[in-house]
Amino acid sequence: MYVAVKGGEKAIDNAHRLLAEDRRGNPDVPELTIDQIREQLKLSIDRVMTEGSLYDRDLAALAIKQARGDLIEAIFLIRAYRTTLPRFGYSQPVETSDMVLDRRISATFKDLPGGQVLGPTFDYTHRLLDFMLAAEGKEIDAPETVETDTDETPRVLEILARNGLMEPPDGIETDGRSEAEKADVGDLTRDPLSFPTNRDLRLQNLARGDEGFLLAMGYSTQRGYGRNHPFAGEIRFGTVSVEFVPEELGFPIEIGEIEMTECDMVNAFAGSAEAAPQFTRGYGLTFGHCERKAMSMALVDRALRSKELGEPADAPAQDEEFVLSHSDNIQATGFVEHLKLPHYVDFQSELAMVRRMRAEFFGEDDDASTAEAAE
Amino acid sequence: MTVETQPAAPAKTDGGPDASNPASAAQRERQAWMSILAKAESKDLADRIGRLQNLPAYSVIRPAECGSVMVRGRAGGMGAAFNLGEMSVTRCVIQLTGTAEAAVIGHAYVAGRDKQHAESAALMDALLQTEQWHAAVKEMVITPLANVAADARRERSGKVAATKVNFFTMVRGEN
Repeated sequence: MYVAVKGGEKAIDNAHRLLAEDRRGNPDVPELTIDQIREQLKLSIDRVMTEGSLYDRDLAALAIKQARGDLIEAIFLIRAYRTTLPRFGYSQPVETSDMVLDRRISATFKDLPGGQVLGPTFDYTHRLLDFMLAAEGKEIDAPETVETDTDETPRVLEILARNGLMEPPDGIETDGRSEAEKADVGDLTRDPLSFPTNRDLRLQNLARGDEGFLLAMGYSTQRGYGRNHPFAGEIRFGTVSVEFVPEELGFPIEIGEIEMTECDMVNAFAGSAEAAPQFTRGYGLTFGHCERKAMSMALVDRALRSKELGEPADAPAQDEEFVLSHSDNIQATGFVEHLKLPHYVDFQSELAMVRRMRAEFFGEDDDASTAEAAE
Repeated sequence: MTVETQPAAPAKTDGGPDASNPASAAQRERQAWMSILAKAESKDLADRIGRLQNLPAYSVIRPAECGSVMVRGRAGGMGAAFNLGEMSVTRCVIQLTGTAEAAVIGHAYVAGRDKQHAESAALMDALLQTEQWHAAVKEMVITPLANVAADARRERSGKVAATKVNFFTMVRGEN
């Protein structure tokens, strides 16, 4: 079997050269540049950065180009590159309350302080193909500009919290960890996941998780598999500064700005023996503008808190081992796609076994079938 | 571009160890310029530095190195920290050799993988710590870069503000 694998070298080489030519497409059409991908396929970039777990717009654009637009392949490239970077350390937790907002909406309060700001959104478009976009070089109408006000934009969930209607950010009850233990934030890139998990690891897993998988899981909770009746308390998209404390300086410095999307989901909670009825939280946070992902993450985060809240946990989205073990699209694609690699020896053994079983089934002489399989 | 001299956005030090310590005024000022240098476009920074005459010699102590920082968020935006994902960051350390204050060391940590950006930021950090260069670098580099950032932010927030919903309540039937 190994001989056959060695013999593929030339074919593999040629296949990759063919891939390179196909990637380029018709040479009469101008080649895509990294700048074009970065500037015009922003939401692809944002997804690749979030699930690739590395914020770098240019690298994400390069990965998308190399992967011919296959976003999971691009995420794979980013994950592989990420492992080559020395890690300088961990940032201070970003202050999303101080986000410079590009968008901020709430589905729970019409007149929230600071107002509803739509920002750049597909919401309220008619989803009709715009054939004008097929004509290149079309002038776009410059967006309207108004004088900015300086209204405060408090977090919607904190407005509820002031009235005691909302649980604290870390939940009604602590998960039994001390402050010191909480300061020791789990990191999936350093230690593999083991169950049961804490919320920090769950949130990291979900943040890296596949948007489609989380969307389906979140959707399942809405359809009744672990119903928890969500409202989009607040969705924010904008820019935050990242602070880091270099060891050699000993004080925090801002090292740059990143775009983020945040979703605070509000879920009614009927209360338990210990806790009064109130609202509970699900949380989603992503790099860039990944609103569907942030919302799905918040739904699944809340579903995975069912045990902590003493709710019946019998739906797939409430099963942390099921959700967290299958959310990563690179692990998933690795295992699914490895099936296409040579399994000749494995299959030979299966073949021999099935032949033997068939021989037994038909009452044939066992020796003959074994001899055949050994060929 | 406006030429008004507005104070650089102060670095956020709330909750920092020295936030209330008056002795750390110098540190806060340094945090502010390091923030501006890190957030500036690399080419804008290079352009600004190009206008400084007779820059002193320096040696590179730690050559620009690309790496990553793991970005943390908080559960519910305000709760316990969790690891969200990494960002690419380049750092550099230089030491001035051609000034009266020869031991001055400049540090830089800047988002992205632009080594020139990191080295330039480290050089400016060092110069800003010297009496000889502080005023010039502040006037020629830091203030203009802060203005560029403030202008960009103002322009963007103007466009965003135009998408603010003004709800009104429909009054039915009565009149």
